[in-house]
Amino acid sequence: MEEYKLMKGNEAIAEAAILAGTDGYFGYPITPQSEVMEYLTMEKPEERTGMVVLQAESEVASINMLYGAAGSGKKVMTSSSSPGISLMQEGISYLAGAELPCLIVNVARGGPGLGTIQPGQADYFQATKGGGHGDYHLIVLAPASVQEMADFVSMAYDLAFKYRNPVMILSDGAIGQMMEKVKFKKQQERMKTQPGWATVGKTPDREPNIITSLDLDPARHERFNIKLQKKYEKIQKEEVLFEEIACDDIDYAFVAYGTSARICQKSIELAREEGIKVGLFRPISLWPFPYKEVGKIADRLKGILSVELSAGQMVEDVRLAVNGKIKVEHYGRMGGMIPTPEEIVLALKKQIIGG
Amino acid sequence: MADQILNKELIKPENLVYKKTKILNDNVMHYCPGCGHGTAHRLIAEVIEEMDIQSDVIGIAPVGCSVLMYNYFNIDMQEASHGRAPAVATGVKRLWPDKTVFTYQGDGDLAAIGTAETIHACNRGENITIFFINNGIYGMTGGQMAPTTLEGMKSSTTPYGRNIAMMGNPLKITELVAQLPGTCYVTRQAVHTPSSVRKTKKAIRKALEYQKKNIGTSFIEVVSNCNSGWKMPPVQANEWMEENMFPFFQLGDIKVPEED
Repeated sequence: MEEYKLMKGNEAIAEAAILAGTDGYFGYPITPQSEVMEYLTMEKPEERTGMVVLQAESEVASINMLYGAAGSGKKVMTSSSSPGISLMQEGISYLAGAELPCLIVNVARGGPGLGTIQPGQADYFQATKGGGHGDYHLIVLAPASVQEMADFVSMAYDLAFKYRNPVMILSDGAIGQMMEKVKFKKQQERMKTQPGWATVGKTPDREPNIITSLDLDPARHERFNIKLQKKYEKIQKEEVLFEEIACDDIDYAFVAYGTSARICQKSIELAREEGIKVGLFRPISLWPFPYKEVGKIADRLKGILSVELSAGQMVEDVRLAVNGKIKVEHYGRMGGMIPTPEEIVLALKKQIIGG
Repeated sequence: MADQILNKELIKPENLVYKKTKILNDNVMHYCPGCGHGTAHRLIAEVIEEMDIQSDVIGIAPVGCSVLMYNYFNIDMQEASHGRAPAVATGVKRLWPDKTVFTYQGDGDLAAIGTAETIHACNRGENITIFFINNGIYGMTGGQMAPTTLEGMKSSTTPYGRNIAMMGNPLKITELVAQLPGTCYVTRQAVHTPSSVRKTKKAIRKALEYQKKNIGTSFIEVVSNCNSGWKMPPVQANEWMEENMFPFFQLGDIKVPEED
């Protein structure tokens, strides 16, 4: 019989980190994700796997510890919540510029500024469009359950090392705090060898390994940027993840991720009781965004309602994907408020069906 | 003619009194003539070679004049963002506790934007070595006021001299980190004369040896000149440094491990 555990999303991500063979975690407390480091320190991963856990003096320090550790070829992660992730943006840009694989978890809350400690999805732009300076992308995965919080950890590391690129798990305070059943994979061994580019001490058989994002030669630096863009094109072609729920024979669709996607599942049931044929398209990779797939589903729909805990950020990508073929509107709550399934159905009727 | 004689003399092995360390490569350094960075680089490189730890060393470069130092060293290096080298070094060292990890930072990097990372790495007693080059000015960006700029000292952002009431005091961060239980060895040296070069090299060797003992952070400040930023010829800059920098930033050991 399979063994399930009842856990918070934040705890599940921490347990999954140990099981994924993470070498190091560097973090700084912030609500609503503090359980990640609390769970890790309680579990003594240094005894279970030899994993290092260190509480840094700030998010600025933790993202730079991540840089050093990732640059020396280790499997490392940090976690934070929206204001802390903002503080990390310079470091994230450097990680992308130095092409370092690592995992950054954002258990997002409402903003702007200090905002609120309640759930939010207003970090979508920051996560998917850059956030820091320069032309770069993170691979962004959006879990919608405690199970996915656990599953996406090893998936994130695989993608990070495959592309030498930072990966973000963009969750929110609801998924982080809620308890659900979760089943874990077996313990993975920690990496025994490091990639060839890592700074582990120069041996006579090779030139020095340098981890840097600096190049003062414009022509060479442009060539590097072109190389980065080619990598991003490849990721866009090969790593799109999404889920369609109740999408056969529908007239309308919700597009939503994370907590919003969970609420929309209930809205689908309520709408169907009223005879409205609506399904859910759930982007799992927010970057690369499933433009093609959203565009394709739009061909057989009359309208789409993008539902987010924000003023409407992902809706811009949905509109780009749909390219004017059908009506696309946004419905969202902000400031830590969470819509009820009923109000989403009402929004669908008002903004899409009757509008 | 003179060259020929010189070359003949030089090729006799018994006449070779100095050769460049293999830990530095042949790239031409970008530092201004008379700057202390080249000497400080060479001393660190020589000690790495003499201790035979090339394959165990990871260096962290700063942002500032020495941002490109990895172009000159024959070792694995990482380039940190401005001020964060001690955090980057912490990340490396925590996962590679048997390697020798050092940062090399200027005064703006270490004592202004990176103050928090400096103090907390030292306070945790990270087993790393921090090389701190203090020339009292932001060299790379064109000679602006640094946290270590002396009272009355002119810079491009203190054109009438540093006014303490308005701009605050020069920061003795080396004395500050010496207070922390996490540091094992804290010293202030210079590289402008043969004797100061010899002392600094000894200090570097000690610092890297202490790191092997895992007894905490070793911290070496090198008071240096910035003749271009100070707008002086190199010799005059060194004289000015002796007369003005040394009385405030006094040379010598500030903290040594108890067993020594």
